[in-house]
Amino acid sequence: MEKILDRLQGLGVLALNVFGRLGRGSLFLFHTLVIMPQLWRRPGLVVRQIYSVGVLTLLIILVSGLFVGMVLGLQGYTTLVDFGAQESLGVVVSLSLVRELGPVVTALLFAGRAGSALTAEIGLMKATEQLSGMEMMAVDPYRQVFAPRFLAGFIAMPILAAIFSAVGVIGGYVVGVDMLGVDFGAFWSQMQAKVDFHEDVMNGVVKSLVFGLVCVWIALYEGYDATPTADGVSRATTRTVVHSSLAVLGLDFVLTALMFGDL
Amino acid sequence: MPSNKGDEVLVKIRGLRFFRGSLPIADGVDMDIRRGKVTAIMGPSGTGKTTLLKLIGGQLYPDAGEVLVDGKNIHTLSRKELYALRRRMGMLFQSGALLTDLDVFENVAFPIREHMTLPESMLRTLVLMKLESVGLRGARDLMPSELSGGMARRVALARAIALDPMMVMYDEPFTGQDPISMGVLVQLIRRLNDALGLTSIVVSHDVKETLSIADYVYVLSRGKVMGQGSPEELRKTDSEWLKQFLQGLPDGPVPFHYPGPDYFDDLINQDVDSHAS
Repeated sequence: MEKILDRLQGLGVLALNVFGRLGRGSLFLFHTLVIMPQLWRRPGLVVRQIYSVGVLTLLIILVSGLFVGMVLGLQGYTTLVDFGAQESLGVVVSLSLVRELGPVVTALLFAGRAGSALTAEIGLMKATEQLSGMEMMAVDPYRQVFAPRFLAGFIAMPILAAIFSAVGVIGGYVVGVDMLGVDFGAFWSQMQAKVDFHEDVMNGVVKSLVFGLVCVWIALYEGYDATPTADGVSRATTRTVVHSSLAVLGLDFVLTALMFGDL
Repeated sequence: MPSNKGDEVLVKIRGLRFFRGSLPIADGVDMDIRRGKVTAIMGPSGTGKTTLLKLIGGQLYPDAGEVLVDGKNIHTLSRKELYALRRRMGMLFQSGALLTDLDVFENVAFPIREHMTLPESMLRTLVLMKLESVGLRGARDLMPSELSGGMARRVALARAIALDPMMVMYDEPFTGQDPISMGVLVQLIRRLNDALGLTSIVVSHDVKETLSIADYVYVLSRGKVMGQGSPEELRKTDSEWLKQFLQGLPDGPVPFHYPGPDYFDDLINQDVDSHAS
């Protein structure tokens, strides 16, 4: 009986912790969003962060996008050629990228590269009392630190996803057309005919906006909530990558079901 | 009861209670911080001296009691009013809390840029004056990672006085400093206080250095004010606890040994100890 009570108590503590964190995280997001309009007067803060979270993530996005597109071209060709449908390779590559792989893989790479860096940066700012120092200088850390990074991540994600998809299509083209002999005209014309701007491209953009919001929210909050020690920051950084990745994959299913479930 | 004789009080603390779990940080603390004076808050490590500064700065909220800064209850102010008051308060953190992505000049310029609109030439002059006052005008282009601990605190001090505050709070300014840096900081705190007409609150457990510059001292332990007075008054105290703290005696009312079972029993009864194996 006592063991059952202990387990129930443990479960209760766990639930309280989870809901407590969710509540604090929601308040953090609310404060960040509320202060966002003030950034119009400080565009420099956002531009610097777009460079930090966006431009510095570009290399990994370009390389990964190219290879993912090349693999798609190769795998797509080996399957399609059995049915004599290799001219549809352009459609397969582009739809896979624009609808799914572009937003999802970009978000996963973003969480690993920019998300972890954001968490470590904020966590160390907390550990070295920089956030407290700002507060005591009457400078709101939400305006100075969190909101610019949040907006930068939100802006950077769809752009990075678009670049990922574009480079991926080029990778698929190089393998499919240049190396495996798929017809140049068929590759591009079928892509143009079958990929719908609203259904496919815009839904992909919506996905990457949602992923951007979630990834950057998790990254910033984990840093803000980190225990201000070396171990605490290290754990927070790991949590950022794990939670962001799971959130992106889970949300991708939900969004895909909502967007394409009835097609 | 705190002494109210003499100068006007800038920070008035009454009935302050603040607990971390069951650990008392402040348990009915009354204090008066007088204008233009250097007031020291001393006590053993882990007493909650830094927490007390955060309560005075409005970064933490007490369980009970009030903190009046310049006549305003800091914990009932709106965010806007609190930030307006904080512009008149400087704080020197134990780590310096310099912004690591900005160089020394920009760190000192940071609060000025945030709160004032000055022409760049005037801002430069102002920053160089602040850096000159802490002896680091020549280090303006260094990054925080290139500074020694003492230099980082002096830069942080220049930043703390950048907006010409009415009060500066020092959190353990002498900890981990070599004798020269310590001497420089001791002199700076006193000199800046007198030259700029500041009110200084120094939180520290470095007895000799703190008593050498303080006008008035509060000694805290376990959330209570264990003693208060001028350094001379404290040196003449009859309290055994205060004597132990001020003279750094290893044993006394604060025991050398952490509480544990009887020494003899502990050595003989190895079978009940998880470390016996």
